Amino acid sequence: MNLSSLVIPVLLAAVAACGLGRRVDVYAALTHGAEEGLSVLLRIIPALVGLLTAVSMFRASGAMEWLSGLCAPVLDAVGLPAAVTPLMLIRPVSGNGALAVATDLMSAYGPDSYVGRVAAVMLGSTETTFYTIAVYFGSAGIYRTRHTVPAALVADVTGFLASAFAVRLFFGP
Amino acid sequence: MAMTWVWSGMVILSLLFGICTGNLDAVAGAAMEGAGSAIELSLSMAGVLCLWSGVMEVMNACGLSDQLARAFRPLLRRLLPQASRDRETLSAVSANVSANLLGLGNAATPLGIRAARRMAEGCDGVASDELCTLVVLNTASIQLIPATVATVRAAAGCQTPFDILPAVWLSSILSVSAGLLAAHALSAVGRWRR
Repeated sequence: MNLSSLVIPVLLAAVAACGLGRRVDVYAALTHGAEEGLSVLLRIIPALVGLLTAVSMFRASGAMEWLSGLCAPVLDAVGLPAAVTPLMLIRPVSGNGALAVATDLMSAYGPDSYVGRVAAVMLGSTETTFYTIAVYFGSAGIYRTRHTVPAALVADVTGFLASAFAVRLFFGP
Repeated sequence: MAMTWVWSGMVILSLLFGICTGNLDAVAGAAMEGAGSAIELSLSMAGVLCLWSGVMEVMNACGLSDQLARAFRPLLRRLLPQASRDRETLSAVSANVSANLLGLGNAATPLGIRAARRMAEGCDGVASDELCTLVVLNTASIQLIPATVATVRAAAGCQTPFDILPAVWLSSILSVSAGLLAAHALSAVGRWRR
């Protein structure tokens, strides 16, 4: 038995038990949350349709390969697979765009391939930096953001490098 | 607007590359296929995504986010000493961090904004060091269970979609630390220049 196949059933049972212990209406909370999940999904479908169309065209035309090849010498030097170039470019700008590119990478290379895993870890460990900065400073009425953008980009680049490092560490090259 | 440029650029480049490489048939097919696969992906993600949202909601109702918020308060007091003097700001920031940890993006953003607004009072539109730190903290993802990523992996045919968890945690910790250190160093450089 695989240890990670324990995660899901144990987590579900633990959450249910914890809810029962605290006299939470577990089922009502579950369905209410699921409803929210559905509305999130409804909101991202239009973006996914637009973006997956563009990403598929981009790959089929050979432009994706050209772009990856362009960055390959630099990325090879730091241990990143060149195939994830488009993901790193779109990640700070659009969350749905990154989701579309990562999905495309996982289906093209396989979810358990090196590229597929690095794409998944990148997606999970970084955020839509520019969107977040715009939302926070926009609503707080800040127009001089000082060192926020460079510091946030340092975090992104570190996250990209660390994703490849962590995948090699836990899964081997 | 940024996405308008990205999307248009990708489509126009695809057409140009398709013409140059003679792959135009494949490009045309890919456009139709891509649109279709978006719906396929959404449908195959829908069930698991709803389930996780439900589980997160139950965790929330159990008071897990309050406990997480309490656990992170000492750390946040050190990270944002001035803002932490205001009790309401501190509670908004710690709730923001715990919502981020649980992957409740919809809940995290309004809480973070509430904190940012209070911290921006009397700043005259110039971000303070601590406000920069708060925003950097939010631009670096810190998620205990990256449910969406796992769902996409499962949809792509992965048998053990959660086996990347340790890698995601390690990468997140490194990226958040680098962001906070960079914010600290850059603000020191800014002061020294003045």
